[in-house]
Amino acid sequence: MSHEELKQVPLERRHVEHGAKLVPFAGFSMPIQYVGVKEEHLAVRNGVGLFDVSHMGEIEVRGDDAIDVVNRIVTNDVTSLVDGQALYTVMCHEDGGIVDDLLVYRLARDHVFLCVNAANRDKDFAHITKFATGASTIEDTGDSWAQLALQGPKAVAMLQEMVDAPVEKIGYFHSAFYDVAGVRCLVSRTGYTGEDGFELYIPVDGAEAVFDALVAHGEAHGLVLCGLGCRDTLRLEAKLHLYGQDMSDSTNPFEAGLSWTVKLQKGDFVGRDALVAAKEAGVTRRLRGLIVQDRGVIRQGCEIYAGDKLVGEVTSGSFSYMLDKSVGMGYIDVEHANDDSVTIAVRKRRLAADVTRKAFYKNT
Amino acid sequence: MNIPAELRYSKSHEWARLDGDVVTIGITDHAQDALGSIVYVELPGVGDEVEAEAECCVVESTKAASDVYAPIDGEVVEANEKLEDEPELVNSDSYGDGWFIKIRPSDPAAFEGLMDAETYKAFLQES
Repeated sequence: MSHEELKQVPLERRHVEHGAKLVPFAGFSMPIQYVGVKEEHLAVRNGVGLFDVSHMGEIEVRGDDAIDVVNRIVTNDVTSLVDGQALYTVMCHEDGGIVDDLLVYRLARDHVFLCVNAANRDKDFAHITKFATGASTIEDTGDSWAQLALQGPKAVAMLQEMVDAPVEKIGYFHSAFYDVAGVRCLVSRTGYTGEDGFELYIPVDGAEAVFDALVAHGEAHGLVLCGLGCRDTLRLEAKLHLYGQDMSDSTNPFEAGLSWTVKLQKGDFVGRDALVAAKEAGVTRRLRGLIVQDRGVIRQGCEIYAGDKLVGEVTSGSFSYMLDKSVGMGYIDVEHANDDSVTIAVRKRRLAADVTRKAFYKNT
Repeated sequence: MNIPAELRYSKSHEWARLDGDVVTIGITDHAQDALGSIVYVELPGVGDEVEAEAECCVVESTKAASDVYAPIDGEVVEANEKLEDEPELVNSDSYGDGWFIKIRPSDPAAFEGLMDAETYKAFLQES
C-alpha cells in the first residue's frame, strides 16, 4: 500500500513533530514507536503513557430500540448495562466464528456506541447492518472521533488534575462525557494495557487541543508518548486477545477462552444456534498462555509440541519486559491443553514453555 | 547515524573489522536502530563455517526476528558470549561490546571487497 492510500489520523502532524516512527497499520499511518518500545512499555507499567488509537472504529446505533438491536448482534448481554457503562463482547457469524471483539457503551437508553477494531471496521458495519432488525439508525462515525489512551498507574491522578469533574470516580468499565482542555470528550475507564487509566473519545476537531494539553500537563508526571509497538507488548503481557491473531472468523468464543462473553440465556442473537451446538460438542482446542523458559522469542506461527507430537500453533508471541522472558498465546489441542509444559519450535531449536491460563503480568 | 571510518560494511547492514587474520562482525548503528529493543541473539558455535551473504546469526527484537548475514566466508573462532545475558549491548554499543562473531576468513582479500564507510553512507542515503 503506498503512502497516498493510507489514511491519516487527525494527530499525524503531532506525531511527526514528536519524532514518531510511522508505519502502515490497518490502512492508517500510525506511530509504532517514539523513543523505543522498552522505554514506552515500562513508562506505562510504572508511570503514565499516552497512545493515539484514533485508527479504532466507532459505530453508533440510535433509536428507541438501540439496546435491543445491539443485543441481538453481540454475544454478551447489553440489557444489563446502565448509562455510561461499557461491556467487552464479541459478535459472531451465524456459524459461530468471531466477526470481531468490541466494546459496547450504553450512552443512553436510545444511544449505543461501539468501539471496533480498525482492520474490521467495514466488515463489522456490513455485518451489523445486515443483521440489524428494528428502527434504529446505524452509522459508522469512525471519521468523526479521535481516540487517545492515557494508561498507567499515574493516569487517573494526572487526568483528574486537568478536569473539573470527578473523573477519578468513574468506575472500571464506566464512562462519562466531561470537558478536557475545553473539548467535550467521552472519558472511559478502560484500556488495552493491563493498567488503570482512560480511553478518551474526542471529536476530531478537538484532537490536537486535547493531545497538546495532555502532553503539556503530563510533563510534570513523566508522561511518555507511546506507539503501537508497546501497545502490543503490553496487551500480550496482560494476556488480552488481539483479533486477527488470537481469534478470527474461524475460531469460536469457547476455544478462544471467551465463554464468559457468551450469554446463551439472554435470548436470540446472531450465531446463537451454532454456539449452542459448539458448546454441546465441546471444544477441540483451547487458547492458552505460554511462558518460555529458554532464551529466545516465540512468534505467531511457531509450532507447539507435546513431546514429538504437533499439538498447536502460537498466535501471538513477543517478549515480556516484566518477566524478562518471551511470552505468547496459542491454540493447543484439547488433549494437551492442560499440560503443564510444551515445547515450541523456533527455527532449529525447541524452546521449553510453561502453559498458563493466567495473565503474565497483573498490576497489583 | 554513526558510521566509523575504520570499518567495512555490507548491504545488509553488517560491519566488519580486520585485526591481523581475524575479522570481527556486528550489525551497524542503522540496523540496531531499525530493529528496536534487542532481546535475544542466536549465534553460531566456534568452528562453524559461515558463508558470505548467508545467514549466520539471528537477532530478535520485540518487533521481529531478523537474520544477520556473514559479509565474507570464514570459520567462526569466537562468538560474543556476553550477548547471551546482555543482548541490549547491540543497541547501546553496536560497534563495540555488541559485536557478534569473530571469523577467520577463507580469503583474506574478501574483506577489501566490502564497502568502506563513505560508500556505505552513500548507500544508506540512497536506500
